[in-house]
Amino acid sequence: MKSLVNWVRQPGFLNALPVGVFLLVGFAGPLVLVLLYSFMPPKTFKLDQLPTLENYVSVVTQSYYISFGWSLTLAVVTVILLLIITYPIAYGMAKLFGKWATLVTILVALPLLISENIRLFGWVLLLLKNGIIDGSLQFLFGVSLSGLLYTVPAVVLGLVYVYLPFMLFPLVIGMSMVPDSLKEAASDLGASRLQIFWEVELPLSMPGILIGSLLVFILALGSLAESKILGGQVIVMIADDIESAFTFAQNWPKGSVLSVLLITLSLVIIFFLFRKIDLDRLVGRR
Amino acid sequence: MNEGQLDFLELRGITKRFGDFTALADVNLSISEGEFFTLVGPSGSGKTTLIRILVGMDSPTGGEISLNGNVINDVPANRRPTCMVFQNLALFPHKTVGQNVEFAMKIAGVAPATRRERANELLELLRLPADFYSKRINQCSGGERQRIALARALAFDPEILFFDEPLSALDYRLRKTLEKELKDIHRETGKTFVYITHSLEEAMVMSDRIGILNHGHLIQIGSPDDIYNRPCNKFVAQFMGEVNTLEVVRAAEGRVRHVDSDASFEIISDVNDFESGFLIIRPEVMKIGRAAAELPNQIQGVLFNDYALGSRVQYQVRSEDGESHWLVERLQDDPFAASPGQSVTIGWRPEDSILVTS
Repeated sequence: MKSLVNWVRQPGFLNALPVGVFLLVGFAGPLVLVLLYSFMPPKTFKLDQLPTLENYVSVVTQSYYISFGWSLTLAVVTVILLLIITYPIAYGMAKLFGKWATLVTILVALPLLISENIRLFGWVLLLLKNGIIDGSLQFLFGVSLSGLLYTVPAVVLGLVYVYLPFMLFPLVIGMSMVPDSLKEAASDLGASRLQIFWEVELPLSMPGILIGSLLVFILALGSLAESKILGGQVIVMIADDIESAFTFAQNWPKGSVLSVLLITLSLVIIFFLFRKIDLDRLVGRR
Repeated sequence: MNEGQLDFLELRGITKRFGDFTALADVNLSISEGEFFTLVGPSGSGKTTLIRILVGMDSPTGGEISLNGNVINDVPANRRPTCMVFQNLALFPHKTVGQNVEFAMKIAGVAPATRRERANELLELLRLPADFYSKRINQCSGGERQRIALARALAFDPEILFFDEPLSALDYRLRKTLEKELKDIHRETGKTFVYITHSLEEAMVMSDRIGILNHGHLIQIGSPDDIYNRPCNKFVAQFMGEVNTLEVVRAAEGRVRHVDSDASFEIISDVNDFESGFLIIRPEVMKIGRAAAELPNQIQGVLFNDYALGSRVQYQVRSEDGESHWLVERLQDDPFAASPGQSVTIGWRPEDSILVTS
């Protein structure tokens, strides 16, 4: 008993207490609720009923795999596109821009201060039929590009645009961890630029690449606004289905099942990645 | 020194400017094949700039570098048949020891089996156990990493191997061991080694020839013996360690006069064209006590302090007129006894002093 009191009175525990309580109530609590609801009979709001697997069966037998498929595909596409787009920018920020890197950082981070939805509506104005792009092209060249909005590429554009900072900044950090002397040594030993990239830069900046990819993947997997605002009805992503189940359909248990499946999917992917890949070992710190 | 082509690596008028700052001023140098050449200079002397130019990581503002008769100014580092051991070694932390050593061969497209065989040979040459092949770099000690870095460079089979003070981060004893090992490896491989360091002592141990660099100027090139016994100026003489330096002017034939104390000393250097300069006497050639009594050059002084240096004892003596402080060293075995505060006689033979004009 006395040792428990002593343990509780440790400064570390006491300092962690407020945020611990906050996380328990605000983060873990709702998740537990969602998990519990997923086992309740369909279209009910009470938690004191007998658990059932009915919702799981109905979700698996219905066509939800399509929205899961879209979410997964678009998340993967977003990650790949962002890697291609941000790698050169990150390289520049880490190695070339010098003091201008700060300016780029600010420019990239600034839009984060504005609501994502509002920024996406900005894209709507650009892509809309008779919108800024279409209208300008009609006025200037007499050609029309009216089919830009409400397409899958528009959704991808939105995802890439919104999640760019989440890929860029981890990459910058990853690349600044590669000492220049290693690249010089590789070059001195006869390696071409491409060989230096494959043999030295890429493996050593892998922690940044993986963390950026993971962040973007998880965020894109649960994204909703991009497909709704820029995609209209062209596709339904899984987060869209979850929202409908909780709101229009008033079917909390079904929404909970979809949420649980999405969370499980994310967790499986994260665990797989981090089990397979030991970041410290990758860069030789262990 | 090995007999090789005399102008294997040749530098003609190498100059490097950064804005208004001149890092290297008209450096001319010939290095012969198989030689162990060391460039020595204090920090800021331009030695790192010079070696970066030689390796191809920097280009000179002016001048020409030729290797084997071919000008290589515009050949990038990855196409030069030379290789460098970096100051921080720059080993690849994500690769094993074996992969590090094999890197150059992998780049060159050598078959894995051949690579492995050669890597094991090199590990053996560098006295690393064979099980190091699969070790990770961070499992290796400082001395082991030095050897791995050298093995990696040797695996490239360079025509010249450059060293950018790779031993500077190691502790004294390990450094001393590795200095000798490096010289042994130079002997065993017969390669041309070009080494840079700020320690003339280190250079003396290893080198066939030494070049002294100061403020971007190559001020003296010579064998360790030349540099030690015939320094071209005060800077070179003082670079090796503590020396007694007196500002002197020509007095009579075969004599110089100390500017501060008016004492005059016998010299044997040819003084026909000497007007003023410095007289250098190393502490280890100075005698103290009875050993100094018979010498032509003598100073009366007071023993200020003594310092044990291991095999020798060093004394600090202040001249009676108070105009000069002297360092004198004596072997432990030579008989002498005096305690601080006592009057002592110190002296040296004229042939042991060095006269320089600047």
